[in-house]
Amino acid sequence: MPIPPRASPLAMAAGPASHGGCPRAQMPHLSKMERVVVSMQDPDQGVKMRSQRLLITVIPHAVTGSDVVEWLIQKYCISEEEALHLGVLLVRHGYLYALREPRSPGLQLDETLYRFQTPYFWTSTLWPAAELDYAIYLAKKNIRKQGALVDHEKEHYDQLHRKINHTWDLVVMQAREQLRAAKQRRKGDRLVIACQEQTYWLVNRPPPGVPSVLEQGPGRGSGMARRVQMTKNTDFYKQEIECCTKALGRIRVKSSVCLEAYLKFSSQHRPHDPIMSGCLPSNPWITDDDTYWAMNAPNVAAPTKLRVERWGFSFRELLADPVGRANFMDFLRKEFSAENLSFWEACEELRHGGQAQIPTLVDSVYQQFLAPGAARWVNIDSQTMERTLEGLRQPHRYVLEDAQLHIYMLMKKDSYPRFLKSDMYKGLLAEAMILPETKRRVFPFMWKPRHSSLSPALPPASASVEPVAAAGGPGGAEGEA
Amino acid sequence: MATDGLHENETLASLKSEAESLKGKLEEERAKLHDVELHQVAERVEALGQFVMKTRRTLKGHGNKVLCMDWCKDKRRIVSSSQDGKVIVWDSFTTNKEHAVTMPCTWVMACAYAPSGCAIACGGLDNKCSVYPLTFDKNESMAAKKKSVAMHTNYLSACSFTNSDMQILTASGDGTCALWDVESGQLLQSFHGHGADVLCLDLAPSETGNTFVSGGCDKKSMVWDMRSGQCVQAFETHESDVNSVRYYPSGDAFASGSDDATCRLYDLRADREVAIYSKESIIFGASSVDFSLSGRLLFAGYNDYTINVWDVLKGARVSILFGHENRVSTLRVSPDGTAFCSGSWDHTLRVWA
Repeated sequence: MPIPPRASPLAMAAGPASHGGCPRAQMPHLSKMERVVVSMQDPDQGVKMRSQRLLITVIPHAVTGSDVVEWLIQKYCISEEEALHLGVLLVRHGYLYALREPRSPGLQLDETLYRFQTPYFWTSTLWPAAELDYAIYLAKKNIRKQGALVDHEKEHYDQLHRKINHTWDLVVMQAREQLRAAKQRRKGDRLVIACQEQTYWLVNRPPPGVPSVLEQGPGRGSGMARRVQMTKNTDFYKQEIECCTKALGRIRVKSSVCLEAYLKFSSQHRPHDPIMSGCLPSNPWITDDDTYWAMNAPNVAAPTKLRVERWGFSFRELLADPVGRANFMDFLRKEFSAENLSFWEACEELRHGGQAQIPTLVDSVYQQFLAPGAARWVNIDSQTMERTLEGLRQPHRYVLEDAQLHIYMLMKKDSYPRFLKSDMYKGLLAEAMILPETKRRVFPFMWKPRHSSLSPALPPASASVEPVAAAGGPGGAEGEA
Repeated sequence: MATDGLHENETLASLKSEAESLKGKLEEERAKLHDVELHQVAERVEALGQFVMKTRRTLKGHGNKVLCMDWCKDKRRIVSSSQDGKVIVWDSFTTNKEHAVTMPCTWVMACAYAPSGCAIACGGLDNKCSVYPLTFDKNESMAAKKKSVAMHTNYLSACSFTNSDMQILTASGDGTCALWDVESGQLLQSFHGHGADVLCLDLAPSETGNTFVSGGCDKKSMVWDMRSGQCVQAFETHESDVNSVRYYPSGDAFASGSDDATCRLYDLRADREVAIYSKESIIFGASSVDFSLSGRLLFAGYNDYTINVWDVLKGARVSILFGHENRVSTLRVSPDGTAFCSGSWDHTLRVWA
């Protein structure tokens, strides 16, 4: 059993000291860490307990860093690296402390002994730390060390002295009282309580250079931007009810069907996933050779085989690739239906364009594609056409959505499958490049210059020059060796 | 009037209980078609081998916590923002800094690269989202051409351009998301429904629709129709704040990372949660998630300074990556899937491959 703390080590009556505790809901990792340290202290399943001998005093219930790590490895089936990392986090959050100075922020794996922090001082019990309590703590230290406080503590002490000058007598009085009461305890207890308190303050007032583990960022209780709680008024619930009602009427697909789709998608795309399958000639980040990017540039003349294959996965993937789309446009021209793709592109421009351009764009689309006798008239079913023309009286961003969808589905169900079966596509697949792998460089210590590329933000004049592809392969730099 | 007050309280209470009971019914409905678990279906999939990913680039230059980053479509440039108000554009391949802007506020929690590569957007405690055109002209300061686009009533937590440079989607601590016209700053649509701060958003890679997903401090993830402003689907299975949401590459699902130390996968057609990625030894919240190109791997950055790599299909953790010295706050896979970049409170960004 850990040595229980004294009844009230901190001045409870004197002011805005410990209150309610930290909103545990906002820091779920603290509760989880606490469960871990509680398990660690289980008499049967916990970490092996030892005693720390300090001259004539014996402090029970101490553990070594190695035992902690070993316990974590066994309990969670993790590696030593991960267990050590977790152990260090437990120390940094003040759940474990070393009895002897110096107290490094890590977890030592030598014979250094650690103890578990008492729940009274857990961050979730006693947060945020009160200024008055910190003042009393520093005052005690000051008295004991006869004025020789560490730099940052001296600074804080002086600051607080100025700030709460009016109650400073109270602070000193409390400090003296606590020190006096402490003297009456056994040496072992005194030592442990001092360690517990110091650990608490190391977490709540970290020394300079040590990042605070309690910092949360705006909106999470740090005080910088208050977390919003929307007024749960009748409108809010009405909206929730509406959303739920609609959701209840939704058509759902069986899980087995949906999940099978992931298997199919992942396996189909696996060869195209550089992290899963590598990429040829090599991954630029690994070999510093950016040939891969040059070969796969957006408008490259000779697309790779993998790239051309991808156009067959879905219509969306074909359109997403500028080279794919250009080839598809050529194909449509041969079929005398290129206006469909042009119309779709114009609709996309409208949908994603600036608000100010809407009237002009809508008009231009109408003139080109929809007006009777238009040069590039698109064949939409009469119902959709009627609705669209009606909507054009009050043009807005989505006025062509129905027509666009109709043409999209037409291309997807009709032209796209024909494209994939066409000689043109088959020819592209046959011609497409398969790149040989560039072997990892034999002399990894040789520095290979990384070529810069032109920023897309440069003005058009300079951007007309194609970025220089790096000299590929091991032949480049090594020749100079 | 005393009687009116009573009446309103009754209405509020009855509405609340009606909402609760509908939610319960919804969960029942969702469970009916759930005939198999993902890991069962994935039994016949080959297990993944040893995973080796290392830091290939370390970007140093921020003077304080890195809060957000985004990739440029050119697959090598990135923009990153930090607590000290600095926003930096890097060519992360060469590690050169190309542009830097100092925002008039601290905690720049959101930043995004424009699809054209010619501008960036950012914002944070200033409650706004501003767009900066990127210029190489030495005589022009970027701050001079700054355009203030979005205005919220609390901090900006996330922003993203839609398919073009001309529209921006934002998420805010004021509990709403909003769609803006960049040129005029006009509010095009707003999205109400979260019960607390909205922390993240992601646009759907859809061919025909306009939807996006958002996650918030109300533990909910919500899918929205950009055109109507309506919430089309909502999920509430996390036990704490949802810090990050990201669509699965096919667009049929999305993953979320939360302070409850789990990542979860939600299928949009099945309309339910289909997988939980968690481990007893993982105690700290997941701040940021993203998929590899094929969707087989889920990379998640955590507040315990690590990055865990999950096998999306089998549910197992494949690898744990150490390196950062403080919490990982942001993580994105590069546009061509060759690497991913992580940003941390340790002031650095790392590119892993």
